[in-house]
Amino acid sequence: MESSAAEKCDEISNRISGLVLREPLRRGWLGGFALAFAFLMLLNAAILWLLIRGVGVWGVNVPVAWGFAIVNFVWWVGIGHAGTFISAILLLLHQQWRTSINRFTEAMTIFAVACAGLFPLLHLGRPWVFYFLLPYPDTMDLWPQWRSPLVWDVFAVTTYLIVSLLFWFIGLMPDLAVMRDHAKRLWVRRLYGIGALGWRNSARHWNRHETACLLLAGLATPLVLSVHSVVSLDFSVAIVPGWHSTIFPPYFVAGAIFSGFAMVLTLLIPVRAIYGLRDVITERHLDNAAKVMLSTGLIVALGYATEHWMSWYSDDLYEGFLVHNRMAGAASGVWWLVMICNVGVAQALWFRRVRTSPVLLFITACLIQVGMWSERYLIVITSLERDFLPSSWADFHATFWDWATLAGSMGLFFTLLFLFIRLLPMIAIHEMRKETVQEGEPQP
Amino acid sequence: MKSPVQPSLYGLVAEFVEPKDLLAAVNEARNASYSHMDAYTPYPVEGLAEKLGMRSNAVPLITLLCGIAGGTIAYGMQYYSAVIDYPLNVGGRPLHSWPAFVPILFELTILGAAIGAVFSMIFLNGLPRLHHPIFETPFFTARNASRFYLCIEACDPQFDESKTRALLEKQSPAIIWEVRS
Repeated sequence: MESSAAEKCDEISNRISGLVLREPLRRGWLGGFALAFAFLMLLNAAILWLLIRGVGVWGVNVPVAWGFAIVNFVWWVGIGHAGTFISAILLLLHQQWRTSINRFTEAMTIFAVACAGLFPLLHLGRPWVFYFLLPYPDTMDLWPQWRSPLVWDVFAVTTYLIVSLLFWFIGLMPDLAVMRDHAKRLWVRRLYGIGALGWRNSARHWNRHETACLLLAGLATPLVLSVHSVVSLDFSVAIVPGWHSTIFPPYFVAGAIFSGFAMVLTLLIPVRAIYGLRDVITERHLDNAAKVMLSTGLIVALGYATEHWMSWYSDDLYEGFLVHNRMAGAASGVWWLVMICNVGVAQALWFRRVRTSPVLLFITACLIQVGMWSERYLIVITSLERDFLPSSWADFHATFWDWATLAGSMGLFFTLLFLFIRLLPMIAIHEMRKETVQEGEPQP
Repeated sequence: MKSPVQPSLYGLVAEFVEPKDLLAAVNEARNASYSHMDAYTPYPVEGLAEKLGMRSNAVPLITLLCGIAGGTIAYGMQYYSAVIDYPLNVGGRPLHSWPAFVPILFELTILGAAIGAVFSMIFLNGLPRLHHPIFETPFFTARNASRFYLCIEACDPQFDESKTRALLEKQSPAIIWEVRS
C-alpha cells in the first residue's frame, strides 16, 4: 500500500534528525574533527605570530604587497558563491533537485565567507583597528573613501555574510522545531527550542515564511553576482597589467561558481557515502552539479582566451609582456597548472561516466579547486611581480606562515563543517517533506 | 482535597493524515462561518492560509520599505560625507561622483530589504514566543508534528463544543483533541 503523507513526513524527519540525535559518536567523525581542529590551532598560532611580528612574517613586500592573503580571500569568497547559487538562483528557477543539498551548501557558504573575511582583516597589519573601514563618527572627522573598490568590498562581503546567515537561519527555524520535537533529553529540547523561536507549524506562519524565503532568494541572486563583481573591481580598477580589464566581473563570477561547485562535490561525495544518504543525494545531484561546473568552467576558459587575445590585440607592450611572462617566465608552472586543471581536466565532465562516478568526480573536483586557487595566485602575484618599472621587479616567495595560514583557514572551515554535521539537520526537513509528499501526487 | 482549577478550553483540534482531508475540513468549517481557526502542517501546504481567511501578508511591503530605507541611508551617507561634510578635491573630479556611490547603494539596499524580510516574518508571526496552547497537545512530542491539524478556537463566536465537535467528526479525522490552557 502507498504510505500516507503523514507517514512520509514522519519517516523523513526521523531519518534526518536521527543523523544528529541518535547517531553515536563515530571514530571517523572524531578523527576528522581532531584533524580539522589541529589545523585550526595552526591558524591560531599563525595569527598569533602575525600579531606579534607584523605582516612581515608573510612573503609580502613591495612590489608584491597583496600576497597570499588576497589570493585566499578571493578563493574562499568564490567557494561561498555556489551555496547561494543553489539556495537562491535554483529556487527561483524551480529546480526541485536542489532541496536535498541546499542546507548543506548554505552552511558551506557561511563557513567559506567566514574564512574569506579573515584574510583582508589580517592583511591590514593592525586588525584591531578594522573599524576604520566603517563609516562611524570618529574623532578625526574622517570618512571612508567611497570611490575605492576596497571600501565597496567591505560593504559587499559584510552584506553577503549577513544575508547568507539570515537566509540560512530562517530555513533552519522550522527544522530546529522538528529537532526540538524529536529530542528526548530536556536540555537538548531546550537548546533546539531556543533556536526554533517557538515555531509551531501554523499555516499562517508558513505563508509568511515562504514569502520571506522567496524574497530573500530574489535579493540574494543579484547580491551573489555583485559580490564577486566587486571583488574583481579591486583588481580591474587598478592600472596594473593583467588586472585592468573590463572582462573581470563576469569572469570572476563564473570562476566563483565553478570553484564553489567543485567544493560542493568535494564535500558531498564523502558525506553521502559516510552517512548512507545515497538515495537522498543521488547520482542526479552529482550529475547536475557537474554540469553546472562544466558550463561555468567553459565561461572561465572563454575568460582566459579573451584575456590572452586582448593582450595581443591591444598591442600594449606591458600587457603583451605580462602574458609572455606568465606563460614562459619564472612562474610559468602556475600558468600550466591553471590551464591543465581548469581548462583541461574540466573537459572530462563532458562524459556522463565521469559525471555519475563519485570517485572520478571527486578527483576532478579536487583538481579544479587546486586550479582555481592557482588562478588567483596567477592573477594577484604574477601581475605585481612585473609591473611597469623593471627596477622595481621582484619575485614573491611564500613563507611557512603563508602556507600555515592557508592550511589553518581550511582547518577553520572543516571544524565548522564537522560541528554543523553533528549538531544541525544537514538536509532541509520541511522542504524534503513537501517534495516527497507532492512527488506522489499527479501533476496539475 | 481541592481539585485544581480546570483550565479553560482553548479549542478543538482534529488530526488528519492527508493534506487534502485537512483542506476539505477547512472548507467545511469556512462554510459553517468559523473564522477563528488555524491549521498546523509539517510543511507549507499551498493555499491553506488563504482558505483559513488570511487576506494580507505584509512581509513584501515591509521588505520594500526597508530596502528603500537602506538605499536612502547609503546614498545620503555618501553624499553628505563626500560633498558636504568632507569635500576633497581629487584631481578636479566632481565631488558628487554618483557612479562610484552605486555599489554601496546597491549593497545596503539589499541588506535593508533582507533584514526587513526576515524580521517582519518573525515578528508578524508573533515569534519568538515561549509557549502556545497548541503545545499542550501530544502532537508535537509523540507524533513529531508530522500530521495535519485543524484547530477551531474557542474564542470563535460560532464555537459550541458539541456542535463544533460534530462538524469536525463529519470529516472523519484520526482523532479529536480538546486543547486546554
